[in-house]
Amino acid sequence: MKAALFIPCYVDALFPEVAIATLELLERLGVEVDYPLEQTCCGQPMANSGCEKDAAATEQLFAKNFAGYEYIVAPSGSCTHHVREHLTAIPQTPAVAKVRRSTYELVEFVHDVLGTRAFPWAEFRHTVGLHNGCSSLRALRTASASEIAEPAFSKPMTLLSQVKGIKFAMPERPDECCGFGGTFSVFEEPVSARMGQDKVSDHARAGAEYIVSADMSCLMHQKGCAERMGAPVKFIHIAQVLNGTKA
Amino acid sequence: MSAREDILARVRKNQPAPTGLPAVPTFDGDSTVPLLERFKAGVVRMGGKVVAAPDGPLDALIRSLHPEARVVCSATAAVAGTYPLDPSRPPAQLDGVDVGVVRAVFGVAETGSVWLTGAQFKVNALGFLSQHLVVLLDPARIVANMHHAYRERAQFDAPYGVFMTGPSATADIEGVLIHGAQGIRSLTVVLEAATSSGSGSSRRVP
Amino acid sequence: MKRIDHSEASSKFIKAKDHLEFHDKRLWDLRKKRDRESEHLPEWEELRTLASAIKEHTLTHLADYLEEFERNAIANGATVHWARDAAEHNQIVLDILQANGARTLVKAKSMLTDECEMRPFLETRGIEVMETDLGERIQQLDDEPPSHIVVPAVHKLRGDVARVFAEKIGTDPANSDVHYLAESQRTHTRPYFLRAEAGMTGANFAVAETGTVVVCTNEGNADLSVNLPKLHIASVGVEKVIPKIEHLGVFVRMLSRSALGSPITQLTSHFRAPRPGAQMHVILVDNGRVERLGMADFWPSLKCIRCGACMNTCPVYRRSGGLSYGATYSGPIGVIIDPTFNLRKFSLLPFASTLNGSCTSVCPVRINIHEQIYKWRQVIAERNQLPIVKQEAMRAAGKVLASPRLYRAAAEAANAGISKLPRMVVYNPLNAWGRQREVPDAPLLTFRQWYLKFRSPKK
Repeated sequence: MKAALFIPCYVDALFPEVAIATLELLERLGVEVDYPLEQTCCGQPMANSGCEKDAAATEQLFAKNFAGYEYIVAPSGSCTHHVREHLTAIPQTPAVAKVRRSTYELVEFVHDVLGTRAFPWAEFRHTVGLHNGCSSLRALRTASASEIAEPAFSKPMTLLSQVKGIKFAMPERPDECCGFGGTFSVFEEPVSARMGQDKVSDHARAGAEYIVSADMSCLMHQKGCAERMGAPVKFIHIAQVLNGTKA
Repeated sequence: MSAREDILARVRKNQPAPTGLPAVPTFDGDSTVPLLERFKAGVVRMGGKVVAAPDGPLDALIRSLHPEARVVCSATAAVAGTYPLDPSRPPAQLDGVDVGVVRAVFGVAETGSVWLTGAQFKVNALGFLSQHLVVLLDPARIVANMHHAYRERAQFDAPYGVFMTGPSATADIEGVLIHGAQGIRSLTVVLEAATSSGSGSSRRVP
Repeated sequence: MKRIDHSEASSKFIKAKDHLEFHDKRLWDLRKKRDRESEHLPEWEELRTLASAIKEHTLTHLADYLEEFERNAIANGATVHWARDAAEHNQIVLDILQANGARTLVKAKSMLTDECEMRPFLETRGIEVMETDLGERIQQLDDEPPSHIVVPAVHKLRGDVARVFAEKIGTDPANSDVHYLAESQRTHTRPYFLRAEAGMTGANFAVAETGTVVVCTNEGNADLSVNLPKLHIASVGVEKVIPKIEHLGVFVRMLSRSALGSPITQLTSHFRAPRPGAQMHVILVDNGRVERLGMADFWPSLKCIRCGACMNTCPVYRRSGGLSYGATYSGPIGVIIDPTFNLRKFSLLPFASTLNGSCTSVCPVRINIHEQIYKWRQVIAERNQLPIVKQEAMRAAGKVLASPRLYRAAAEAANAGISKLPRMVVYNPLNAWGRQREVPDAPLLTFRQWYLKFRSPKK
C-alpha cells in the first residue's frame, strides 16, 4: 500500500521529530511512503482567519502536490479537517475532490484503514494524559465527546493501550479545548494562555508525566505554557510513542 | 405600509425553502418504576415535599405542616382556611397569606410538576403571593412525562395555566440555591383522591 | 464606530483571579449538570433533532405561523402589535403604558427588552421600571448590563452583591450571606409587585395554535408580574413562534436541562388571555431577525431558544465573561448574531473562538454555531472589516505558503534566527505568543532537510 506523507508547516519547521516518527511508523506498518518535496501547508491559517482568498494559492499547491494518491496521511487532526471540510477556496474539480476525501489523520489511518492493533516494538513506561485536539475529536470523531450522550470510544486510546508499560491519568476536563486555536493564540492571547495553563495544570494534577496528542499544534501551545509555568509535564506526539520512542 | 404588512412581506420574501414538521412521539420509555414513585422523587428533587393525606381533616394537617401560619387561604372546598378567598377584590389582598391551599388538576412524574389553571387558583396570585403553598393532588391523576402532559389538550384552553415544580427558587448569587425567591418558599403536595363532596374526608394513600 | 475589543476586556477579566475562577467553575458545573441530564434521557439526541426540525419548519413557514398566532391571540382578547425595530418596540410599550396611565412597571427577564434598550428609554420618560429577576435586579442596581442570558450576575461574587445592595437598597454592607441578600431583594421588591400598574414579560415560546405566550422562570416573578397588575405586555421576537401546544413537550423538556441541568424550571407559565378586567398586549418584534432569516448561512441561528448552554460550555466565554463581548448576546450565540446588528462594531467577536465546536454539540436545537463562526470570519474579511495588521499578515502568509521556495527560506531563516537571538529580544512586547509562553526551540534541520539528507527520494 502506498501513501503520501503530508507534514504540516509548523511540524516541518519546528518539530521534525514528529514527522520522522510518522514516516517510520507508517513504514513499520508496511506502507510505502512518498514525501512530495514541494509541499508547504494546507491553507488553514489563512482560511481560519477569514481569508479564504489568501488561502487559495496554497490550497492549489496542496492539491497539485498530492494529486493521484489513494491515501494522504498527516500527523495533524486540524490540517486533515481543513482539507476534508474547508479546502474550498479553489475550483472543486474531480481531482481536488479526490485529494480531499483521500486525506487521513494518522490515528484515523492506522486505526481504520490499516486496522493495526499491535505495536510490538513500542514501550513507554510513563503515565500519560491523552489530549484529543478539538478537530480530531469533534470534527474527525476519533473519540467520543463528553457533550454527546453516546457509547464511549477512543481510537487513540485503543492504539496507545497496546504500548507496553503505558499508564493513563484522566484529567478532570478531558475534552475542554486547550486554547491554541491557530491565530487565536496570538490575537486572543490572554484567554489562550489561560486555557493552556488550565489544561497543563489539569493534567499535572491528574498525575500525567507526559501529555500525548495526535495534534502537535495543541502540544506546542501547551508546552509553551508549561515551560513558562515551570510545570513538570513533558510533551510527546502519538506518532513518537507508537513508533517506539521511549522518552 | 404598516409595520405588520412590512414585516410579513419581508418574512415571506426571506423564508428559506420549506421543510416538513416532524411528528412528536410520547417517549414512554420502559421504566418499571411506578408513576407515583417517580413523581414523589421529582418533587423532592426540585425542593418540594410530598405527604400522604391525613386520617383526619386537612385543615389540621396544614396546621401541623405550618404551625406558625396565621393566615390560611384556600381555593378548594376541601380546606376551610382562615381567610376567605374573594375574587372580586384586587389580588394584592393576598399579600398577607401565609399558606395558600389549592387542588392541582394533574401531576407529571418526569419532573415532579403539578398543573393548575385559573379555575384551581380562583385568584391566580394565590399561587405566588402566599408564603407557602399546599397542593392537593389525586395520585391517580399523574401522567408519565411532559409529552403526555401537553396532550391534556383542553387544559391549555385556559386563559392562564402553570406547571409548578417545587417552590420558587434562584441561584443567581454565587450559585447558592435559595428557595423562596419571589414566590412561594415551600410547596407541599398532599396526595389525596378528589371526592365528589370535596369535603376533606379522603382515601388514605400509602 | 469603535470595534469591541474582546481580547483587551478578557485580559482585565482574567486578572481578577477569584472572580475568574468562580465564573469558570460555576458555568462548567452547569455544563456538567446538563451532561448528567442528557445521559439520563435515552432520547436526548432524538429530542435535539426534533427540536431543530420543529424550529426549521416554523421558520420556513414563519409568515403563516405569525398570522395564525396573531389571529388566535386576538380571539383570546389580547392586542397584538408589530415592531420593525427597537425604536418602534419601545414606543409601542410607552404608548400602551401612557394610554393606561401606568407609570410603574415590574418586569420579568427578557433579553429582547435588553436588546431594545427599553429601560433607559422608559425611565427617561417618567416610567419607573423594576427588574424582578434577582440577577437582572442586581445588574439594574449596579447600572451594568446582564452578563449571561440565564444567570445575569454570574460574574459577581457575593461581596459585589452586598456592596451594590448596601449602596442602593440599604442592606448591611458587612453582610454578604447569600440568603440574607436574596431575602432582602424579595422583601424590597414585593411592594413594587403589589402596587405596579403594569407587568412585562418576554416569551420563551409563542404557540401559534392557541395564541399562548409561554414563560419559564425559577423565581415566579413572571407570574407575579402578570397576575397582580391589570396590564400585561409581552415582548416576543418573531422567531419565538412554535406551531402547536404539543411541541412544548419537546422544548420544555430541553430548555432547563440545557440551561441549568434541571428537568424543568420551577414555574412554566402559559399566558393565553387576560384576566377579566385586565389587558394583555403582545408585541411581535423584528429588529433584524427577518433580515437574518434571509441569510443562507446564518438563518439557523434563529432556532435559538436562549438556553445559554453554549455559553456554559464555551471555554473562551467562561474565561472572559459575557460583558467582554460588549453586546446583549454574548458567547457563541452572540458572536454569530451580533454581526447582524453592527458588522464593524462586532467584527472581532467571531475571532473570540478557537472553533472547537463544543457549543454546536450542546445546542438543544442543533445550531451549527462553530460553522457559522467560521463563515462570519469569511464575511468580515470580504467586507474589509479585519484589522489591518491581520489582513496584511494573512496576505503575506498566503504568498509565502503558496511558494515552496519562499516557505523553505522563511522556515530555515526563522530557525537560524531564533536559536541565535538573546531572550530579551525574542520576548519583546510585540511578541504576543511570548507573553505567557515559551517559544519553541529551533531544530537543527527541518523535516524536509532531514529527509533530503538521510532518505534518498525516489524517482
